[in-house]
Amino acid sequence: MTTAAARRTSLFQQHQDLGAKLVPFAGWEMPVTYEGIREEHSAVRRHVGMFDVSHMGEVEVEGPGALAFLQRVLSNDVAKIAIGGAQYSCLCQEDGGVLDDLFVYRLGGDRYLVVTNAANHEADLAWLGRQSRGFDVIVRDVADRYAMLAVQGPHARQVLTSALGIELPPRFHVSHVRVGRRPALACGTGYTGEDGAELLIDPEVAAPIWSELLDAGVVPCGLGARDTLRLEVCYPLHGNELTPERNPIEAGLGWCCKEATGFVGSEAIARARAEGTAEKLVAFEIEGQGIPREGNPVLHGGEPAGAVTSGTFSPSLELGAGMAYVRSDLAEVGTEVEIDVRGKHRAARIASKPLYDAKRS
Amino acid sequence: MADATYPDDLRYHEEHDWARIEGEQATLGITWFAQDSLGEVVFFDPPEVGATIQKDSSYAEVESVKAVSDVIAPLSGEIVEVNDALQDNPEKVNEDPYGDGWLVKIRLTSPEEAETLLGGAEYRKMLDR
Repeated sequence: MTTAAARRTSLFQQHQDLGAKLVPFAGWEMPVTYEGIREEHSAVRRHVGMFDVSHMGEVEVEGPGALAFLQRVLSNDVAKIAIGGAQYSCLCQEDGGVLDDLFVYRLGGDRYLVVTNAANHEADLAWLGRQSRGFDVIVRDVADRYAMLAVQGPHARQVLTSALGIELPPRFHVSHVRVGRRPALACGTGYTGEDGAELLIDPEVAAPIWSELLDAGVVPCGLGARDTLRLEVCYPLHGNELTPERNPIEAGLGWCCKEATGFVGSEAIARARAEGTAEKLVAFEIEGQGIPREGNPVLHGGEPAGAVTSGTFSPSLELGAGMAYVRSDLAEVGTEVEIDVRGKHRAARIASKPLYDAKRS
Repeated sequence: MADATYPDDLRYHEEHDWARIEGEQATLGITWFAQDSLGEVVFFDPPEVGATIQKDSSYAEVESVKAVSDVIAPLSGEIVEVNDALQDNPEKVNEDPYGDGWLVKIRLTSPEEAETLLGGAEYRKMLDR
């Protein structure tokens, strides 16, 4: 239910005008869909869609100690980010559990921007504040300074150039641009598996920019399609695949952990990498009917073998699919398991990630 | 998707189901409001022919991309037919909830239960509250 405390983005009126279904999400009132999840999903796969993701948080980290500090708190090798670069990382606690997963953008020599998940923003800020003691750095909450628009799909670049006159940076880069005559950041990142950008813009110009993109034929998309799109390409969602009880190794994120940097949690993660984990995050497809949902038990030979972390009907594959933590000996692609979907045992097969490959299709 | 309609020749259950009663049989489905709330239906998991269903209890599931919803029986009876066309075209539930999007047909075991159901105007009034 919507509560009086739910926050609204600077595009709330636009969502209402378009007849969006609005739902509470991480303390915000957000559009889940406008015309239908399948249509929005396929607009992003085939053309271009846009998402208001202004609920996401931004934290600026600045000062002579910025690199040393971020190297200490983030799992990836932050020293590898050139000015104008972007990098995915986990924010871990001492035992390796994942507090959040996030992108960090290097805006200048000693200036970085970290984009947090809405549900974790306040906790991340508190954690970063505590960890920053002893570093010559300022950690600043700048979430109110930005509206965030994700423009995603094979035509995203073309539309952003023609409608907004901005050149997009290459994938995993960020550039300073002007949007609506205000300074903005264009980030070559996204959560859909398609080409495109995430624009961090002045909330004051969000509404006119939204309208311009609508006029250019960009399809408004809600959180529903955002979830099906990211699930098809097996991007984890914090709160589902990633939690403080799971380390990045079992989540398959060992690639973004560089233990040699000595980050918080690196010892536990090095141990998990060396010794292996009891469970692993896998992708799976239902064979035949049934739609898996979060929390459904995974069975093997009739015995409990794991649990579904995210499940949906995949609009691109047109079948039930999802991700699950399963016993590591069952994690191999091709392994036959069963998913207990509300009492019905549905045959499923461990599939390779991503479930859907935008480049091949 | 068409605009909200609640035909007067149907009887409605407050859990957003309808029944078209014809003699000792009834056709059941979900209302315009139910399909609109759920979004695009992608899967209908029907009961088996011959199964008995109880008024006010769940007898099937309809699923959209995001959510699963129990379908509540507006009347008690025995399943005599299920809408097999929904296996390949579940979106009919959205496109034509009172026509091609019907879910099951039952033989009524307690026809008098129909008196407890709502008319179209009453159901619409309930939605407005």
